[in-house]
Amino acid sequence: MPKFDWIHKVLVLGSGAIKIGEAAEFDYSGSQCLKALHEEGIETVLINPNIATIQTDPRLSGKVYLLPVTPEFVEKVIAKERPDGILLGFGGQTALNCGIELAKTGILDRYNVKVLGTPISAIENTGDRERFRQAMLEANVPPLESMSATSVDVAMKIAEEIGYPVIVRVAYTLGGKGSGVAYNVDELKETVTRGIAQSRIHQVLIEKYVGHWKEIEYEVMRDYADNCLTVCNMENFDPMGVHTGDSIVVAPSQTMTNREYHKIRQISINAIRHLGIVGECNIQWALNTQSEECRVIEVNSRMSRSSALASKVTGYPLAYIATKLTLGYLLPELINKVTEVTTACFEPALDYITIKIPRWDLQKFKNADRHVGPQMRSVGEVMAIGRCFEEALQKAVRMLDVDKIGLVCNPEDSEPESEEHIRDELANPTDERLYKISKALRMGLSVAEIYRLSGIDPFFLNKIKNMLNMEDKLRKLNLGGSKAVEIIREAKRMGFSDEQIAVCQCTDEATIRKFRKDTKIVPSVKQIDTLAAEYPAKTNYLYMTYGGDEDDIVLSVNTSKVIVLGAGVFRIGSSVEFDWCGVNTVWALKKNGIKEAIMINYNPETVSTDYDVSDKLYFEELTNERIMDIYDKENPLGIITSVGGQIPNNLSVKLTESGAKILGTSAQDVDVAEDRSKFSALLDKLGISQPSWSKLVSIDDAKLFAEKIGFPVLVRPSYVLSGSAMRVAYDEASLENFLKLAAKVSHDHPVVISKFITGAKEVEVDGVCDGDSVLIGAIMEHVENAGVHSGDATMTIPPQALKVEVQKDIEDCTQRIVKALNIRGPYNIQYLVKDDVVNVIECNLRASRSMPFVSKTRGVNLIDQATLAMLGKKINIQLSPMTVAPHVGVKVPQFSFMRLSGADPVLGVEMLSTGEVACIGESFSDAFSKALQAAEVHIPPKDGAILISIGGGQENKKRVVPIAKAFQEMNFRIYATANTANVLNDSGVNTTILYKVKDAKINPNILDYLQEQKIDLVINVPVTNYQANYSDILTDGYIIRRQAVEFNVPVITNLQLAEALVDALKKNNLNDQSIRSLNEYMDKIPWKQW
Amino acid sequence: MLDKSKKAVLLLKDGTSFIGKGFGATGKISGEVVFSTSMVGYTESLTDTSYRGQFLALTYPLIGNYGVPSDEIDELSGGLPRYFESDHIQAQGLVIHELCLEPYHWASVRTLDKWLYDEGVPGIYGIDTRRLTKKLRTHGVMLGMLQVFDSNEEPDLETLLKECSDIVDPNQTDLVKEVSIKKLCKYNVDGKLTVVLIDCGVKFSIIRCLLKRGINVIRVPYDTSADEILSYNPDGVLVSNGPGDPKRNTKTIEAVRVLAEKIPLMGICLGTQILALAFGADTYKLKFGHRSQNQPALDLTSTRCYITIQNHNYAINMETLKQTPLEPWFINPNDKTVEGIKHKSKPVFAVQWHPEASPGPHDTDMLFDKFKKTMEAK
Repeated sequence: MPKFDWIHKVLVLGSGAIKIGEAAEFDYSGSQCLKALHEEGIETVLINPNIATIQTDPRLSGKVYLLPVTPEFVEKVIAKERPDGILLGFGGQTALNCGIELAKTGILDRYNVKVLGTPISAIENTGDRERFRQAMLEANVPPLESMSATSVDVAMKIAEEIGYPVIVRVAYTLGGKGSGVAYNVDELKETVTRGIAQSRIHQVLIEKYVGHWKEIEYEVMRDYADNCLTVCNMENFDPMGVHTGDSIVVAPSQTMTNREYHKIRQISINAIRHLGIVGECNIQWALNTQSEECRVIEVNSRMSRSSALASKVTGYPLAYIATKLTLGYLLPELINKVTEVTTACFEPALDYITIKIPRWDLQKFKNADRHVGPQMRSVGEVMAIGRCFEEALQKAVRMLDVDKIGLVCNPEDSEPESEEHIRDELANPTDERLYKISKALRMGLSVAEIYRLSGIDPFFLNKIKNMLNMEDKLRKLNLGGSKAVEIIREAKRMGFSDEQIAVCQCTDEATIRKFRKDTKIVPSVKQIDTLAAEYPAKTNYLYMTYGGDEDDIVLSVNTSKVIVLGAGVFRIGSSVEFDWCGVNTVWALKKNGIKEAIMINYNPETVSTDYDVSDKLYFEELTNERIMDIYDKENPLGIITSVGGQIPNNLSVKLTESGAKILGTSAQDVDVAEDRSKFSALLDKLGISQPSWSKLVSIDDAKLFAEKIGFPVLVRPSYVLSGSAMRVAYDEASLENFLKLAAKVSHDHPVVISKFITGAKEVEVDGVCDGDSVLIGAIMEHVENAGVHSGDATMTIPPQALKVEVQKDIEDCTQRIVKALNIRGPYNIQYLVKDDVVNVIECNLRASRSMPFVSKTRGVNLIDQATLAMLGKKINIQLSPMTVAPHVGVKVPQFSFMRLSGADPVLGVEMLSTGEVACIGESFSDAFSKALQAAEVHIPPKDGAILISIGGGQENKKRVVPIAKAFQEMNFRIYATANTANVLNDSGVNTTILYKVKDAKINPNILDYLQEQKIDLVINVPVTNYQANYSDILTDGYIIRRQAVEFNVPVITNLQLAEALVDALKKNNLNDQSIRSLNEYMDKIPWKQW
Repeated sequence: MLDKSKKAVLLLKDGTSFIGKGFGATGKISGEVVFSTSMVGYTESLTDTSYRGQFLALTYPLIGNYGVPSDEIDELSGGLPRYFESDHIQAQGLVIHELCLEPYHWASVRTLDKWLYDEGVPGIYGIDTRRLTKKLRTHGVMLGMLQVFDSNEEPDLETLLKECSDIVDPNQTDLVKEVSIKKLCKYNVDGKLTVVLIDCGVKFSIIRCLLKRGINVIRVPYDTSADEILSYNPDGVLVSNGPGDPKRNTKTIEAVRVLAEKIPLMGICLGTQILALAFGADTYKLKFGHRSQNQPALDLTSTRCYITIQNHNYAINMETLKQTPLEPWFINPNDKTVEGIKHKSKPVFAVQWHPEASPGPHDTDMLFDKFKKTMEAK
């Protein structure tokens, strides 16, 4: 069956900003989807406000709308574009939910837009718990038994029927409070009695308990002719109970027999056929550890994080094939893109093992719970490929970039910890559990005991034990002895890095490297080919291993090659924007005649790790050792380290020392910019002002210096990302604490303290220099005053409140700094402006987070220019940032506080947002209001209610008066806490007092109002030295903010942002926001270069 | 416990050597080296009689993870062992990258090493199996020699290489005779239908698939005559899988020629080649065979394509089917080889893969239902 002939134009919904649970994997699946559509000559329209993605490049998509993925906005785009079909499966749950709304409200019917692929009814059957259960029962697929009970008697009957153990879930309590497992009648009675009392509706759910069962996933494809197959299965290292997004995952499964593998495969297919999925989906299972009994947990009827992972695990392009299936193609009609001769109707065979480990950033969040459980909290993930479990696991641990040189041999491994604590960590896992297992083994806990506590299969535990045994061997080894070669070879096979071996041998990495090169212990390059070498692969999807003795590829000589280092693991502060930079660099290299653009990266969520983006993809570690292994094999012209964020940037010095050539700005110049102390010295030399600063020599000196310049002071470590450990100290005590923290993060680099200028504006520039000409891409003005991390700030291009003279000053400073640093490539400089005086605070000689925002808003692809510069060519555009386009771009951060129980949503100098969006509009308020909605901030309705609570004294509180007045003029009801209310009432704002949460008994109370959705917006600005009061977590302000987050009420903690919002509400009619594509905006830019 | 100091060598006839470590039994043995890309199912594969005379090289690198299950008998399945496809390991030897020394699974009673040792089968681990696979993919399957040494022995490659030139191709021997049942055996489930199963080295799961459907099975030796088979008054005949060159099974071919005209008949794997030969079509040896659990089989009569487990070295020549009353039913979309055939007018069909799965996917389980229906319709 060829594709449906009525499809000419297709609307694709994206997933919006990166948030916990919806990350860059949807850029990958969306990009593949668009590619597959274009191949068919189909016109595409994409709605996605995530400007940092590759899919929102006009290069890839037909038309791009940077708009919120909500039914209101999508309807407007549909009315304008009139597509034939819509794809809902490539933009995560955001797109799926929006699609269901569009269908339910009749919008799709009204405009005759067909849902391609999985029909809405099937999507709904997978989304609704009860409907899903019914569907599974019809298909003879065992769902998890569960029933609700309102009395102990009923609960007992249900438990009897289901069989013990059961889990008692308490309906409607926050965070699953009161739930518990009952292994017998007595325990059940107790838990149910307690649960019913705690539940608001006096109800509990009795569910089959499958804790410590294995968690298994299958990725399933199905076409319109009912051909159905599983592309990949995956086994969670963590047992049931840990969200799969937070689980360590191994693919293919390791501990399942053929009987189990194919039993679950078959019923997965039965389930998917019954549901009527067309395209791709993911199905999750619980598998008993003592029998072949299993239960289906859920089906994701769309591309998911797991399906992106499965694509990278197998080389099978799931999103691409799924797209073709939605157009009417059948699986056997499609070709396996890797072999180019075999059919896509097959199930990949792997001859390697892959391990995914999530990356958390929980330590960044004040008060956040570090346990892993049913709620996903990780912000990124890595995938490692190896020929044995140990190799893959140790690679993966290094890839996490959490200061570990592998699973074992880390200095902190020997830090004392009580057995009681370790046992608790095993039974109640946190983000650190993997390291606790090896610690437990070191302490002498048996594999059986660790299994009993953690539910992690002994197969995996034994492998960890192997690594510990090898560490012991290495520590005892005599490098000159006869066994040395054999043991080092075996250690390398088990994924030990040169550094790990060096630690064991008390020597340095270079010595080990030399030893193994002399003894011919080098890794081989292996290809991922989907068929375990049965057919030759045409693609260059590669990894390296010591589990082999032959390279799969012939390494060409005399070819122009450039290696681009990708961004590695995503975390707060480093996300899809750096993938955008990496991919655009590869494309630019190709445009400039480089024969082989080689990507090294290991992040399975990304487009850059799609094997058909670059000429060669090494899915590998970003460590000096591995990059040099590749460098030695490939012999490239050089390496680009400046487009992938902090990880590659920090490697450039070491790579240079190892003899690699770095393209672009030299490592020495990078060092001058990154090293706070050297950079500040340079600014002094250039006579450019900066906040008073000093390098930390001793804590006493620091205190003296702080006294001299006056508190508050900013403590900043060098070579860090996203303001990690950056703090504002308001007194001596906090200064001392922060200095210690900073010293820990920054290791061998100095810590600098500087005057924290309050009430200053923050401004940034992004640009490129080729050694002669300086291109300033844009001047970006932050809405929030300095003190909010630039990654968390709202930014606008062009600036809205910056005098022309100040902008000229910034242009001038930028020129001087860039020239002084000999920049050949991208740069980003951050400025403070107070009383029209420009101060420099930071300069990064690498592509910045805002690169895609600047490039798309200004119509000039800065990465194209940067690549020219790095190749030693001249940039080919001259443009002043003062020459402005006829539109405004506004970038707004996206937070994921809801997902992080306990986390305080207050903004500060350490970055907390997980993603961002940007919208373009006719005016600031047009773009800003769209961007807020795109970042899932519910804009309060015109006659809504707001709660205001301002910390500090009268002066502080008075600053909110104009904002409150403006809200009142728009007919908002104003509520406030007592002291704030007094100030407002005195100033003529009609304000009702709501009592604080701690006075829960006094009405009207804030908690009730939040719960009952009587408040549409919370403005809560904490006292300015709030940062100092770390221990005081249970302040009223914190409780108000946290409760607002729990009930999904937007919280604004910054006055400038509140002002901007009021202003936007005043100026803008929400029904009248502009609906224009990025293409339309760009076409109006006279200097467009894209 | 495995003695990790035992060395082992796998030598191919062209002189390529792989030096690794030995497990299982010590000793020296020759055979044909084939690779399978199956990621699970080593217990089922090793006991599959189709691997008779062959070294099984597994491309998946981590093997033995879930140990080896017990020999327990499944009374409900005619007294066959619950977990295996025949009574013992059939492959000459096992070739893998990494051997799991500490498996964990509720059904496991011994390690893979112990099992091979108990059964006297040698194994080699610690070699680059991908290099081996690429070699076989390029040169085709090759004869070779595997030697597992004692812990104090050092390999002598030169002597081995000399011996390697004298290896007899197992395909030139009567492999089927070795693996077929010696005398008739009945599995009675009091069903309405009875099938005579011609055992060319049948996988037990084929018997299980019939019994599960309430079909009585009379399992007869491969060389049983058509008259004798018909004398049992069966409702249908199933010609099983088995090892080696199909053309050597002249008696079976002869019997099938008669039976296919008279009675519903289903063929599996070798049984398919025998059916084709019986009607005058020809077979040939594939370069490196189909051995995996992910082989697509495209139904030429519909838009359906199934994922199948295959294990065959030989295939039917498509052209030669034209002169017969048989027609191609399934093809492999990858190399366009014939994967299934059916008779144009009679209830006779056969597939080149294993619908009984075990190991492998259950996609085509319905072929047994189809067989049952044709017998009921008779």
